[in-house]
Amino acid sequence: MSEFLKVENLTMRFGGLVAVDALNFTVEHGTIHGLIGPNGAGKTTTFNMISGFYKPTSGKVMLRGEDISGLKMHEVARRGVVRTFQHSTLFAELTVMENALIGTHMPFRPNIFAAIVGWDREDKQGAAARANEALEFFGLDHLTAERAGDLSHGHQRALGMAVAYASHPDIMLLDEPFTGMNPEETRQMMDLMRRLRDAGTTVLLVEHDMQAIMGLCDTITCMSFGKFLAEGNPKEIRNHPAVIEAYLGGARHVA
Amino acid sequence: MLKFLIWPLAAIALLALPHGLSFSQQEILVFLTINILLVTSYRLLTLTGEWSLAHVVIMGVGAYASALFTKELGIYVPVSMLLGGLVSALIAVILSFPLFRMKGFYFLIGSFAAGEIIRLLWKHFRDPFGGAKGIKGIDPMPDFSIGIYDFDFFEPVSYFYFAGLVVAVCMWILWRIERSPVGLTFHAVHWQDKLAEASGVNLRAYRTLAFAVASGFAGIGGALLAHYIGTINPNSFDLDYMVFVLTWAIVGGTGTFYGPILGCVALTILNEVILREMGFEQARPLIYGCILIASILFLPNGLESIVQKFTKRRAKP
Repeated sequence: MSEFLKVENLTMRFGGLVAVDALNFTVEHGTIHGLIGPNGAGKTTTFNMISGFYKPTSGKVMLRGEDISGLKMHEVARRGVVRTFQHSTLFAELTVMENALIGTHMPFRPNIFAAIVGWDREDKQGAAARANEALEFFGLDHLTAERAGDLSHGHQRALGMAVAYASHPDIMLLDEPFTGMNPEETRQMMDLMRRLRDAGTTVLLVEHDMQAIMGLCDTITCMSFGKFLAEGNPKEIRNHPAVIEAYLGGARHVA
Repeated sequence: MLKFLIWPLAAIALLALPHGLSFSQQEILVFLTINILLVTSYRLLTLTGEWSLAHVVIMGVGAYASALFTKELGIYVPVSMLLGGLVSALIAVILSFPLFRMKGFYFLIGSFAAGEIIRLLWKHFRDPFGGAKGIKGIDPMPDFSIGIYDFDFFEPVSYFYFAGLVVAVCMWILWRIERSPVGLTFHAVHWQDKLAEASGVNLRAYRTLAFAVASGFAGIGGALLAHYIGTINPNSFDLDYMVFVLTWAIVGGTGTFYGPILGCVALTILNEVILREMGFEQARPLIYGCILIASILFLPNGLESIVQKFTKRRAKP
């Protein structure tokens, strides 16, 4: 299915500042799509608009042809768009297993009456199995009883993704997943993302680590100062004059 | 093996407990039982991170509703107690619309205002709420016999058994909720509401659910109180009472299920038994307050932290 997630003229204004200005791009199903740009380009703002964290000033976010802009975050999530957060946003006080269990909220919706009477045993087992599967996928299954706040930084990032993955998302929005990871961890995480894609999960990520982006993405969209700059495969982006100018400053002036 | 023995032993101890007490202490025991339900239900709300100042007034809603159901409609008392709880839950759902536009401190103040509005409505409308004098002559629980024991509800002992049973069932339900995935979601809403929302949790719905369930059980507690003392008025559910609930929860600690119960029992014994026996009639609030401040200074995690220390050390070797 093409045109899986489509962003049309998406605009976000904070007072007089235009953070994202009439942005257009399309994420194809079953790809890893990167969103890059210099600091302050509006990548995270775009993410926040797609995931329902912000309501866009104007423009639309279309998911499978349905307009999802302006929906609340949990409504967007229930349509299969699940995001992670920058930094290590986790339930720090809860255990790793409990974190993953909260991730299974959507496939195994808790019911208070079933819980009191005890008719939710199958759901609980299903949720635990799914949580275990997600933790195993991200290599955290040996840490289930640890407090999430006590994990190392790399493990915390992985857990953030495991929580998102536990909900069976159609598309995962990853906000700077490689920040603070060492090269070995980054390489492992790239492997996992490829496996996610091959299993049918579309991935949209914002990232600063160029090496990771170039090695991982099928398509890259580059933005600068809130505007669309260029789109293409890693090779095209690497050699695109506008992208080079945005990152390294005016090449023409130097020349 | 020990685990299986604990519950029957505790039940026998509770059955025997009122017989070793004086009449006034038996009455205090009944109030303590009701207060335990109140503070346990309050904890369910605090799981989602919101602290309400309307909990006692909501309990009063249950008391008024149950009293009016029996008085005006002649409904059988135990049924009207349940209905009182339902009315409390319903009022909580209605209040949630304005209140859950706010969070944290603003919710606290907003809930206080909402509670005062309800109290003023009771005071203002003499029909059916009886105005400032409240409702008098509420039907007591009808006496009955279960063969081995005759319930005579003018006796505090009988009412203690009845209330104890009701409270035990309510607490069992609250415990089940807390231990279920629903309870886990409440924790999630508390610790990281944004991440919970990104996982598909409807924050408003879960906050309302916790508020409604907590209020429903508080309402049942209020109904138990109303049919015991037989007369209620708006001042039975004033801010003083709410402050007591808060101090029980804070001194006991809200990290565990038993924390608030511990606080409620310890402070009630301290206030009603020890300080009274020692003859500090006038200075009781002063000493009570000092102990409160001391416990916040030296036991920031509440009484439950002592128990945790004790049980953890025992579990290790």
